[in-house]
Amino acid sequence: MTDQALKTTPLNAAHRRLGARMVGFSGYDMPVQYEGVLAEHRWTREHVGLFDVSHMGQCKITGADATAQFQRFVPGDYEILKAGKQKYTLLLNKDGGIIDDLMAGRPDHDGLFVVVNAGNKDEDFAFWNANLEGDAKLTVLDRALIAIQGPEAAELMSAHEPVLAEMGFMETARLMLFGVDAYISRSGYTGEDGYEISVPADQAERIWNTLLEDARVKPIGLGARDSLRLESGLPLHGHDIDAATTPVEGALTFALSKSRKERADFNGADIILKQLAEGPSRVRVGLQVKEGAPAREGAEIADADGNIIGKVTSGGPSPSLGKNIAMGFVPPAFAELGTELKVLVRGKPAAAEVIAMPFVAQRYYRKPKA
Amino acid sequence: MHFTKDHEWVSVDGDIATVGISKHAAEALGDVVFVEVPEVGKTFAKGDSFAVVESVKAASDVYAPVSGEVVEANDVLSTAPETVNAAPEADGWFAKIKISDASQLDGLMDQAAYDAFLATL
Repeated sequence: MTDQALKTTPLNAAHRRLGARMVGFSGYDMPVQYEGVLAEHRWTREHVGLFDVSHMGQCKITGADATAQFQRFVPGDYEILKAGKQKYTLLLNKDGGIIDDLMAGRPDHDGLFVVVNAGNKDEDFAFWNANLEGDAKLTVLDRALIAIQGPEAAELMSAHEPVLAEMGFMETARLMLFGVDAYISRSGYTGEDGYEISVPADQAERIWNTLLEDARVKPIGLGARDSLRLESGLPLHGHDIDAATTPVEGALTFALSKSRKERADFNGADIILKQLAEGPSRVRVGLQVKEGAPAREGAEIADADGNIIGKVTSGGPSPSLGKNIAMGFVPPAFAELGTELKVLVRGKPAAAEVIAMPFVAQRYYRKPKA
Repeated sequence: MHFTKDHEWVSVDGDIATVGISKHAAEALGDVVFVEVPEVGKTFAKGDSFAVVESVKAASDVYAPVSGEVVEANDVLSTAPETVNAAPEADGWFAKIKISDASQLDGLMDQAAYDAFLATL
């Protein structure tokens, strides 16, 4: 793909002024790094990282039938989702495979606000346009999306809008922020506390620059976004999970609401419930590679006797832990914590062990129960 | 110092070529987190992958700029891979190769030619 074919986000000029190294990602010209992946990774863990995630898809699903129609294809219970809350869920095909993973919430009283992966958004939107029935209506939003992530994010953001300190993890709101109509959620893809704000495209650069004026804030590229999410055990669609992977195989059963399992009324429910009862043939696990090079996507996983049992789907060095970590799929018999395995890196076996995910503890802000 | 189009550098002393990756290559890779240097005694043909350098994001092959036998490897890189970023064209060398065909050096670029080549990228 040539650079001319790449789309740009409303912050493209800002990235270039900051000296970012730009790469093509999901059809967009995006910053992979500014000062360097390791420094950006560590900065986000210690202070505040600012991420342009405007390449992601944003939409609303509205109408009296919106919730019921949206629910047909996801395993979460949105009937009971209150205004001001959002939930992580999975868009499923008829075989229970994950078409995409997404956030859907109720920032206002007008349907669901949904954020989907950049690489899948055209497919997702086409899916909903083809499958939503009744008066449920999809409206694609052409807005910028900025993530503000790190242990100092709440202090930073509540200075702009005090109510943001009161939000808990996975709460969402629509409010005036930086003088614009914004959707905000307390969530992210780094394992840190933080927010994602959706703002009008033509105001994005002003807001980005305002946030960068604070010495606690640095811009962070897609390189560190990937190493941060890997440490947090968060799967990347198209790599760790895909349309041929079910939520049970993907170790995402927390996204299956109890009420929906009882009703078995979502796409692929028969297959997913069968896997829940009988166990899947493979499951996503966390690995520590204990010697040699990092194991990357595609590296084979072998048992202690050298029999190939699975594949790595994401892997690399963990800047926070100083060791090599990976995610991959193995049969459940090899998924127990502490199981000694091998990963084949450039054909050479290296010792690996199944360890718990998240690799680095998540530090979300959960409100004390009232 | 001489360079290849794959961004390796070669510094020749008698029949020994010290080999590394250029400053340009190190900057393009970003933070180097792992280096696999070749074993002493192994022989490589020009163009063979003889080492691997890994950034946070990806692994990249390093190709032998000349044919020959590895007589010394820079073991510092196994414990301090960041040396490749700090001093790519000095302390961050990868290996020393006993050159088997000196005529291969003729095909390499000198600094001025390499700088001109970089300007075309």
